[in-house]
Amino acid sequence: MSKFLTASIGRKFVMSLSGLFLMVFIAVHLGLNLLLIFDDSGSLFNEGAHFMATNPLIKIMEPILGLGFMIHIIWSFFLEYQNWKARPVKYAKKNMSGASSWASRNMLILGALVLVFLVIHIIDFFWVIKFSPEEIEHLAKGDYDLVAGLFKESIFACILYIIGGVLLGLHLSHGFWSSFQTLGVNNKFWLKRWQVIGQIYAVVVAVGFSIIPLYFMLGLYK
Amino acid sequence: MSILDSKIPEGPLAEKWNKHKAAIKVVSPANKRKLEIIVVGTGLGGASAAASLAELGYKVKAFCYQDSPRRAHSIAAQGGINAAKNYQNDNDSVFRLFYDTIKGGDYRAREANVYRLAEVSPNIIDQCVAQGVPFGREYGGLLDNRSFGGVLVSRTFYARGQTGQQLLIGAYQALNRQIAKGNVEMYSRHEMLDVVKIDGKARGIIARDLVTGEIKRYGAHAVVVATGGYGNVFFLSTNAMGSNGSAAWQCYKKGAFMSNPCFVQIHPTCIPVHGDQQSKLTLMSESLRNDGRVWVPKKKEDAVKLQKGELHPNDIADEDRDFYLERRYPSYGNLVPRDVASRAAKERCDAGFGVNSEGKAVFLDFKYAIERLGKSVIEARYGNLFQMYEKITDVDPYKAPMMIYPAIHYSMGGTWVDYNLMTSVPGLYSIGEANFSDHGANRLGASALMQGLADGYFILPYTIGDYLADEIMTPKVDVSAPEFAEAEKEVTARIEKLYNIKGTKSVDYFHKKLGHVMWDYVGMSRNAEGLKKAIEMIKEIREEFWKDVRIPGELDNLNPELEKAGRVADFFDIGELMARDALDRNESCGGHFREESATEEGEAKRNDEKFTYVSCWEYKGEGAEPALHKEDLVFENVKLTQRSYK
Amino acid sequence: MADKILKELKIKVWRQKNAKSKGKFETYIINDISTGSSFLEMMDILNNDLIEKGIDPIAFDHDCREGICGTCSLYINGRPHGPDTEVTTCQLHMRKFKDGETIIIEPWRARAFPVIKDLVVDRTAFDKILQAGGFVSVNTGGVPDANAIPVSRDDAEEAMDAAACIGCGACVAACKNSSAMLFVSAKVSHLANLPQGKVEAKSRALNMVSKMDELGFGGCTNTRACEVECPKSISIMNIARLNREYLKSRLSR
Repeated sequence: MSKFLTASIGRKFVMSLSGLFLMVFIAVHLGLNLLLIFDDSGSLFNEGAHFMATNPLIKIMEPILGLGFMIHIIWSFFLEYQNWKARPVKYAKKNMSGASSWASRNMLILGALVLVFLVIHIIDFFWVIKFSPEEIEHLAKGDYDLVAGLFKESIFACILYIIGGVLLGLHLSHGFWSSFQTLGVNNKFWLKRWQVIGQIYAVVVAVGFSIIPLYFMLGLYK
Repeated sequence: MSILDSKIPEGPLAEKWNKHKAAIKVVSPANKRKLEIIVVGTGLGGASAAASLAELGYKVKAFCYQDSPRRAHSIAAQGGINAAKNYQNDNDSVFRLFYDTIKGGDYRAREANVYRLAEVSPNIIDQCVAQGVPFGREYGGLLDNRSFGGVLVSRTFYARGQTGQQLLIGAYQALNRQIAKGNVEMYSRHEMLDVVKIDGKARGIIARDLVTGEIKRYGAHAVVVATGGYGNVFFLSTNAMGSNGSAAWQCYKKGAFMSNPCFVQIHPTCIPVHGDQQSKLTLMSESLRNDGRVWVPKKKEDAVKLQKGELHPNDIADEDRDFYLERRYPSYGNLVPRDVASRAAKERCDAGFGVNSEGKAVFLDFKYAIERLGKSVIEARYGNLFQMYEKITDVDPYKAPMMIYPAIHYSMGGTWVDYNLMTSVPGLYSIGEANFSDHGANRLGASALMQGLADGYFILPYTIGDYLADEIMTPKVDVSAPEFAEAEKEVTARIEKLYNIKGTKSVDYFHKKLGHVMWDYVGMSRNAEGLKKAIEMIKEIREEFWKDVRIPGELDNLNPELEKAGRVADFFDIGELMARDALDRNESCGGHFREESATEEGEAKRNDEKFTYVSCWEYKGEGAEPALHKEDLVFENVKLTQRSYK
Repeated sequence: MADKILKELKIKVWRQKNAKSKGKFETYIINDISTGSSFLEMMDILNNDLIEKGIDPIAFDHDCREGICGTCSLYINGRPHGPDTEVTTCQLHMRKFKDGETIIIEPWRARAFPVIKDLVVDRTAFDKILQAGGFVSVNTGGVPDANAIPVSRDDAEEAMDAAACIGCGACVAACKNSSAMLFVSAKVSHLANLPQGKVEAKSRALNMVSKMDELGFGGCTNTRACEVECPKSISIMNIARLNREYLKSRLSR
């Protein structure tokens, strides 16, 4: 195993698996969040949030998810450093636009920005829900009010969350098919398919996550 | 017989090789480990020999001037490799391949060598397949064949248009395996500058590390030279920029005879020269002539307009086109052999019918094939070639005819070797294009790859044992011997002399000048007067070179100009010897056309009575006239006939 | 069709005396270049000018000049083998450039490809990777008849697609990580597609990858720049195959 993890392909394998795992989480997360805009009373979302907070399976998955994030993030910096070292003298002029997508070349930057967003996001919601539920109770609010309240009050927060969604989408636009490529689950027929599925997934994530703050920002709620 | 002993075994043709193998000596495995062999060059011949010898247990040192053995110019061969497999059930056989090769070579090659080549050819295909060479296959999974260059059977194996590349990679892989095992020490970016003889036997080489400029000595019990041909003497050729005749020339100066140097092959389908700044010619596969029709305008005024760019070739009506190959050679048409097609193109261009701005090009038109077969068929057959042509010339061959012109391509001549592939210096071997042995005066298409691999895989590994069996008591060669010191001193002195000329003109200036002389007087058609003139002109250019060449850079650093200078200095000498040889051979045969020896219609006329011999030139010292020896060719199994493609 | 003349070009080129010295860019002006000239002919002309002026000519690798030996390199205006697709530098022609343009020429940049002089880099790392397992372990002689093992035409074609690699190193030069995965995968795929090569497929993948890592190439992040810049259009599907072969062999031992 140690040989596997010191080999370049083994290391990539870890990125790919943790990425795929996080993509499953994102899909679940998005599904739950969309409840925010389908019931303005907030009870549907509160119920969902309650289910997620109390379901034993989800409880088990929570630390694993945390670990998944940690591995994906820390590993990426480590790998990027390795890759950066492979070219000690940089080119004076690069013209890579025709050869590769911007997202594919800037996965670390995209990932790091998503990470910044993630930290803000955790402080905004997860931290409050998880570790200071008394604050919510004190404010006599449910989870819905916490989220909706932020978006209703702050256009800045809405814009931040839209940007966050788009960044994540861009990250996934490369990350999705790339995971399958790294696992070797690809060939000349599947390449196109993975890419199309990946693009659809990326768009759904970006649009899906952006639509929620947009909904509140534009005052579409009753 | 004079001092030349070709060591051709007695007995019937078909039994010679087997009898010889049974008769020659074999070295025991324990002794092989103690014997060292130097192989210079890592093309098909060199790489396959180095790998096979190392597999047998010899300690091998391999050298190449390129940065990796994989880059040797064998890689550029496109069409395919011949082998008498008879997989197509078209009555091919070892004898038929032998006969085609002898006849194609215009009866100027040794029967025994050529027969052996044909005999081992099937083994080559087996070997390459086992190595993972991805030959073209039929739907049933078996190997496919193509026909090639005017023979009556399909015996050419191919890997798309990159057969040379794939075969070389196969040999390179085998070589890599031996390098990894420690049986071969690989010296890339090293150039052999001299061969060292001790007590009359080849015992090592002097080589320059091209990166550090260091001159180093390497000892061995035998030296194998597999350094290819000397076509770059013409400056413009299809050879790689670095291809050179220097290693072979050093052997010549140390007593190895040079044979038939005037036999060079001119390939008819190259992309024409543009301007005077060009440094290399690009070959278009000969297979194009299967479907393309060669023509020039009938009217001179059309040609003049084409040359000025005032007329588009598509605007010339069919009746105003002169399909000169079909006109002159109705039975073979566009598929006449390389030498015939080349001379015919030159004849038309010399008469003023050339079609590019230089007046040195003819059309190769696919219009008719596209009309007959459809664009998609042509695309499937030649798509890659058409794309390459368009990248280079910016002309789309689907819409306008290609332009082609002949160019120097291959040297049939080379170092004289006996049946064991040993030169006239004991312990010094020459294989592949570097030797003279198998192609006579003209090489058939798809036979160069066959010869390189035959020599390297299946002939040399046996025959070298016959010599080395007597060397088992010879200890490891001591490179501090005075002979090594002397050779190193000479090499260093020559380099310093070149470097210190500090003249005014670049190496290329002289090389181009030499190339012009060679092309004009020792090119596609030759005559006594021109050849004599060429010898004088080469002498003048050489003199000017040694007075006025400028080599910038440093001696102890990577210095491509210095490398070129050394090679060009040898090209002067090679060029002069080629002219001498061409002057001696007052007959037309294969690639060698003497205007004095032609039929009334201007076709080549061989003179078997006087010239059925291999010319073998012996070096007699700087500035002295070389001595000519003759190895008579004896034909017991084929009848000599005049080639006709009418 | 008709060639034009580029009246003036500025050539900004990397000059470095040897492996140890520090290099820098120099700019040279060159006049009257035909658009029909190849890029390397332009370099020849420039070098001739430099020699006449007493300046050390620019060292660059080149040999066959017909796009097959893989010797030529050069990172031209930000792209390996310059602004054209499916060509090597020696096949690149000057019609791809405009009059008055500044052309920036750099050597391949990678830790595993140290500069030897000017634009010449040392690519022996590629040889070493292949020495680690890029072969079929058969000796000369004693092999079965070539037609003894049928190979499906599709497999043979796929093997040939991968075997077309010329080992020029453009994939490494193009990759933002200086990864050699396309090169390694081409050889692994070439041999794994053929029955003759399958026998050693497992150890081959492991050994070649570990040699590649040892030599200081970066990892693959699937940007696909390599396949776009590859003069022989080697597909990244070979990389998927290498990943697969590698995982298979790792998991089975």
